[in-house]
Amino acid sequence: MTLDLAQFHDTFFAESNEALDSMESALLKLSAGEVDSELINTIFRVAHSIKGGSATFGFTEVAAFTHKLETLLDELRAGKRRVDPALVDTLLRSCDLMRSMLAATQAKQSLDAAGTAALSAEIELILESPAEAPTMRVPALPASVPAASDPATSSGPPGWRIHFAPGPKLLRNGSDPLRILRELARLGAVESRVDAKWVPPLAELDPEECRLAWSIELTGDIKEAAIRAVFEWVEADCVKLEPFGSAATAIDATVMMPAPKFLEPVRPEPEPAPEPKPAPETAIASPVSASPAATMLMPALSAPAAAAAAPSATAPMAQGDHGSIRVSTEKIDELMNSVGELVITQSVLNQLAAPLEGREAHELRSALGQLERHMRELQESVMRVRMLPISSVFNRFPRLIRDLGQRLGKKLELRISGEHTELDKTVLEKIGDPLVHLIRNSIDHGIETPEVRLAGGKSAHGVIQLHAYHKGGSVVVEVGDDGGGLNRERILAKARERGLVAPEEELSDERVNNLIFQPGFSTAEVVSDVSGRGVGMDVVKRNINELGGYVQIYSTPGKGSMVRIRLPLTLAILDGQLARVGTEVYVVPIVSIVETIQVRAEQVSTIANRAQVIRLRDDYLPIVRLHELFDIEPEHTDLLDGLLMIVEADGTRVGLFLDELMSQQQVVIKSLETNFRPITGFAGATMLGDGRVALILDVPGVISRFRSHETRHDPAREAA
Amino acid sequence: MLSTHDKAISAHQQVLTFRLAGEEYGLGILAVQEIRGWTPVTAIPHAPPWVLGVIDLRGVVVPIIDLRRRLALPPAEFGPSTVVIVLRVSTSLDDRTVGLVVDAVSDVHDIESSALRQLPDLGSHAASEMISGLAHADGKTLILLDAGRLAHSTSAPAAH
Repeated sequence: MTLDLAQFHDTFFAESNEALDSMESALLKLSAGEVDSELINTIFRVAHSIKGGSATFGFTEVAAFTHKLETLLDELRAGKRRVDPALVDTLLRSCDLMRSMLAATQAKQSLDAAGTAALSAEIELILESPAEAPTMRVPALPASVPAASDPATSSGPPGWRIHFAPGPKLLRNGSDPLRILRELARLGAVESRVDAKWVPPLAELDPEECRLAWSIELTGDIKEAAIRAVFEWVEADCVKLEPFGSAATAIDATVMMPAPKFLEPVRPEPEPAPEPKPAPETAIASPVSASPAATMLMPALSAPAAAAAAPSATAPMAQGDHGSIRVSTEKIDELMNSVGELVITQSVLNQLAAPLEGREAHELRSALGQLERHMRELQESVMRVRMLPISSVFNRFPRLIRDLGQRLGKKLELRISGEHTELDKTVLEKIGDPLVHLIRNSIDHGIETPEVRLAGGKSAHGVIQLHAYHKGGSVVVEVGDDGGGLNRERILAKARERGLVAPEEELSDERVNNLIFQPGFSTAEVVSDVSGRGVGMDVVKRNINELGGYVQIYSTPGKGSMVRIRLPLTLAILDGQLARVGTEVYVVPIVSIVETIQVRAEQVSTIANRAQVIRLRDDYLPIVRLHELFDIEPEHTDLLDGLLMIVEADGTRVGLFLDELMSQQQVVIKSLETNFRPITGFAGATMLGDGRVALILDVPGVISRFRSHETRHDPAREAA
Repeated sequence: MLSTHDKAISAHQQVLTFRLAGEEYGLGILAVQEIRGWTPVTAIPHAPPWVLGVIDLRGVVVPIIDLRRRLALPPAEFGPSTVVIVLRVSTSLDDRTVGLVVDAVSDVHDIESSALRQLPDLGSHAASEMISGLAHADGKTLILLDAGRLAHSTSAPAAH
């Protein structure tokens, strides 16, 4: 009976990668000096499940390497070896190697044999070096070990009688009984008998259900843990071990023989065992669908190394099973779209009901009000499905900082806060690389060497701070450091050298700071492999802008610098301010709005008889008359009658002149491109409650449109 | 010249006919999604002059084309018989929905492929690239339009 294992490959790779992430974070905690047996257990479990999985799927190189690693980890786990920084380093590199091995295997590429061999040799070297005295007790191994038995009482060759009744789900869980038998054969002489009496007639046979049971006699002086390890991917309950020969007298075999789990219904407390205890054989004979308890968990991570030890077994169980399912994002997007449509239909209904009168109309409206509430809840729940905590991105930084710090000889400390802040998966996927750039920049350019820091009266450890929080309808992520701050003189000199700034031009600190977002701008004196090639900040800025977010940089010389990123919570829904110009209604993304003011005559200056600027808190901002830009008939043409909405994009602020502010609401973004084409100045369109379409302004686009508009009209004005 | 889209169904095709400035026009019925009354549109700044704006068609943003202007015909007031023919044209590349404003919808005609005639060369004229051919039915001449070109003409850059 064969099973196409290939269908499980993707799941295996995905789970292994997640597992490696947790191994890495556990290792980093270890390196931070936190030695605790649960951390080591976590690391061990990861290595172990990857070994098991890759052996099952025939990825022999991965299995061989992880096996060595596991041996080393086992010594740690048993407390035979002490954790030291060098060891953690090797383990971290092993983690990387496994990750690249898995990636190569998944892509069906050849593996890095040299790297694997080198690291394997290193691990072997560590294994051969004398292990130190145990430094901690790990409650992982069962108290009763066969080794404790007295060989004097032996009669005949020692060995184990194994009853293996795996239950119908075995194959579906990806385990292969043949593989298990083969592995047993490696431990000692195996004599096995198959019990096939529960195999149903051919017509009822489900090829994916395992209805076989085995009785196996394994001869040889074998430790129980070794046998348990072979069966690790299987529910502990379906394996019954019984020693014979020398081992027999040592252990009360019933300790290892819990009643088969699939017979008992789920109960919080184990029921007093009925007498006599049913044998596993009877268990299998009972109908498979008898109780929900028959459902076995995926072995994956939840199968602990030493299943026999109860305390360590329950914790990982709870950890590994979050009751989650994997759903393709497309399905969620479809759901989002449908909900968006519902919300629009809802507001159409509200408007239809509004003018009605009478008792029924009142009831209709209250029912509609209820519907609206439910609709909003539905929309929020669907949105939340797409939301993930930012910790999934932040988690890769401790490693980055550790490695960079070592390489650059800087002492670093990472402080993370707000890692539970949630944001849209799409945003999350695209925010990782920009953050890596920013952190690298902070470490390379910002944080000084320990000597410089001490001389400047700071502690030798540079602090990198990652902070995420919600603000209004957006998520703010800050990357800060307590380093030297931006070097204004050097940036200015560089900008002048590159012709970005005229030699005599004086710039505000803010403008100088923003120069580093120019393409090809780097002031690093030496181009290191970390940064300094001038690709980076402009890419960071572009990526963030593409997400509908903004980047700002703050710097205090000698005290450090901070980059603040504002991101929309989601890409599908936007918090918008409705604004009217003439009869047209536009949606302005609230993130872009700084403030809206009524203009006083003395604030406005007209330059060259046409272009107008407003003086606002020591700054002059250009006034963009939306009705002129969009060629529509406004209600007001006098600046004093309408409103001026100050908007900001890319560090540039302009005032948009409009007639009236309307409500603020969340709008579902619809593409203009699907049936039309993109238009500069508009991010898309949305449906209003009355069924009308409103265009969503794209502030950077409006500003660039305004600039080209101005230049295009210049000659005409001169002629007039 | 016939487009491939029309050739495939040309052995015996059904054509929705409509009036526009006194002439009878036709569109392959397979491209017609629905016919709806005129509803106000949201104007799009800097769009080509024949794009009146966009409407919300069950959650999809659909551009509305003034067919008179597209074919360089004199403009007319919108009256009670003014309707919007919603076209949906699928190609291997995309799937486009546009609405065409016409004076009034008249009829559905069966047209044999033998009755189709090519448009004679009239020199360069804004309308001719949108016309797939001519046909004679019920004693009238029908001007057959190319749905695919109409639907995609909105994506061409605007002429200043």
